[in-house]
Amino acid sequence: MAKPKVSSDWLAGCAGCHMSFLDIDERIVKLAELVDLRSTPITDLKTPDETGVDVGVLEGGINNTTNEEVAHTMRKRCKTLVALGDCAVFGGVPALRNFFTIEDALKRAYVETESTDSEGQIPSDPELCQPTKVRAIHEVVPVDFWLPGCPPNADQIFYVLSELAQGRKPVLKDNMLQWD
Amino acid sequence: MTAQKITIEPVTRIEGHAKITIRMKDDGDVDHAYLHINEFRGFEKFCEGRMVDEMAYITPRICGICPVSHHLAAAKTGDVILGCPPPRPASLLRELMHMGQIVQSHGMHFFELAGPDLLLGFDCDPATRNVVGLIGANPELTLKAVNLRKFGQNIIQILGGRRVHPNFALPGGVNKALKASERDEILAGTDAAIQTTLTGLDIIKDWAKRNAEDVAKFAVLTTGYMGLVTPQNGLELYNGQVRLVDNTGAQLEKFDAANYLDIINEHVENWSYLKFPYYKKMGWPKGVYRVGPLGRLNTIDHIDTPLAQQEWLAYRAINPGKPIENTLYYHYARLIETLYAIEQVKVLLDDPDILSTDVLNTRQEVKGEGVGVIEAPRGTLYHHYHCDENKKVTKVNLIVSTGHNNWAMSEAVDSVAKTYINGNVVREGLLNRVEAAVRAHDPCLSCSTHAVGQMPIVIEMTDQQDQLIRTISRGV
Repeated sequence: MAKPKVSSDWLAGCAGCHMSFLDIDERIVKLAELVDLRSTPITDLKTPDETGVDVGVLEGGINNTTNEEVAHTMRKRCKTLVALGDCAVFGGVPALRNFFTIEDALKRAYVETESTDSEGQIPSDPELCQPTKVRAIHEVVPVDFWLPGCPPNADQIFYVLSELAQGRKPVLKDNMLQWD
Repeated sequence: MTAQKITIEPVTRIEGHAKITIRMKDDGDVDHAYLHINEFRGFEKFCEGRMVDEMAYITPRICGICPVSHHLAAAKTGDVILGCPPPRPASLLRELMHMGQIVQSHGMHFFELAGPDLLLGFDCDPATRNVVGLIGANPELTLKAVNLRKFGQNIIQILGGRRVHPNFALPGGVNKALKASERDEILAGTDAAIQTTLTGLDIIKDWAKRNAEDVAKFAVLTTGYMGLVTPQNGLELYNGQVRLVDNTGAQLEKFDAANYLDIINEHVENWSYLKFPYYKKMGWPKGVYRVGPLGRLNTIDHIDTPLAQQEWLAYRAINPGKPIENTLYYHYARLIETLYAIEQVKVLLDDPDILSTDVLNTRQEVKGEGVGVIEAPRGTLYHHYHCDENKKVTKVNLIVSTGHNNWAMSEAVDSVAKTYINGNVVREGLLNRVEAAVRAHDPCLSCSTHAVGQMPIVIEMTDQQDQLIRTISRGV
């Protein structure tokens, strides 16, 4: 039987959940036996297989138009979607931006900051994405499984991925319920 | 023939999101390649109104790869703004945690992010050009690399309770002393870590020899360089003053972090969310400089630990008396620093103050403004806050490591694109080299886009009228 395919991506987060994933250390060898790692930020495939993957994992919330596109693509191409970490689950620290207007935040960063020179401007090239309100993943696409934590620890991530890979729904209880 | 634009998105095996567009000329040559950093988060705004003490816990969420850098830079800024210099043992413990981070971050970058290019080859099948492919190709080495990262992460966990986003530093010191058993546990791992790093050094030296042509023509850039130094201009990653040298290695400035606004300005380009810092007195873009391992090893006169010093001497002999300009040598420099960090762990653990319980200065006198600086794995990191008399933050400015390299990364992308790509021949492996130009700088785009953000890379080909001709998408 073919190994289940797993894809992941990071959106408006800090990459810490993926680092926590790498904290499974030598168990990555075991995981590589269990699953076929497809597109992820640490591999070179760029998008989830068009023919679909079994498990899709998203770290980070949604805070711009590119994030929205990535989330929709992942949802479309995966059977089970996991929201990994606090930002994906409820917006996390970056959601503090919702207390301000996007315009004020951009103005602070690109015009007002003390080290920015007198020619500061808010970047607006069409190649760039547009910032939006910061949202949890499930506010944009349906999510099947939530794993909170900032970040969730390596044991939790390993457990959830290996259960899903073997076609079981993970049950978070006992020490798997403990985060932070 | 029609001119084109090429887009690579996302750029993989880097931390964050970016995209590259390459505009082609009518004759099929590269016109210009752009690196777009494509996310904005806004920490500089939304930290307003938080308490100074919280900053060491909010700002690490800028980056989960080097959270310790922000954790410590925020604590150092807190020391100044609240007028509570930490006791010596606290500074030693913070530096110890920082060395753990340097080892894990550099180690991971060399083996797990850049390693697939170096060990499997730029032209290897993208489906296996990753850490899992490495496991298949060389399981023994891969496990050693995993353990090197683990050694560094474990130091962070011992001190801060967890590996990513630790709870340890606060204004005035740290919240926990080191136990003798913990010291011994860390010490027990140093020899294996040094061995793995030396193996890595053998790999990169051999690789550089076999790929001399790539090294010589791959994004060789003339810039200034910046990094922290000891009073004698030795390598320093936690304390010290900032030194800026020009493209010949001559000192331009040596300054305290508090004066950074006299030295650095940031330029904004409309096509990127990442700002471009430069040396104020030279202006933009003449005053561009580089940071991180390559920059730091060009900024110093020596390294205080013996093994790293020996490697540094051999490294600098590549271009005697002058800075090393080849972007691919970032990988070499990164391992020399890893060696230093492991040796420095030993130095710190041998210090008679390391087990002291005098780790927190609780006497505070609110100053209202403070700057903290640290050498994050990817380069010099500045935090600058203002606060009111109740310790509530009123203004935040951050200049993050990867930002300093923004010009260089953009230039490297442009130069590699021009060297390797001709409109008539666009091989996947060539595109990967363009990405590798970015990857060599080990950009932390989460960091740089604290402010700004993510690094998807796409290559689209368009003509000079901006009409899309072709998109190169890989491995789908």
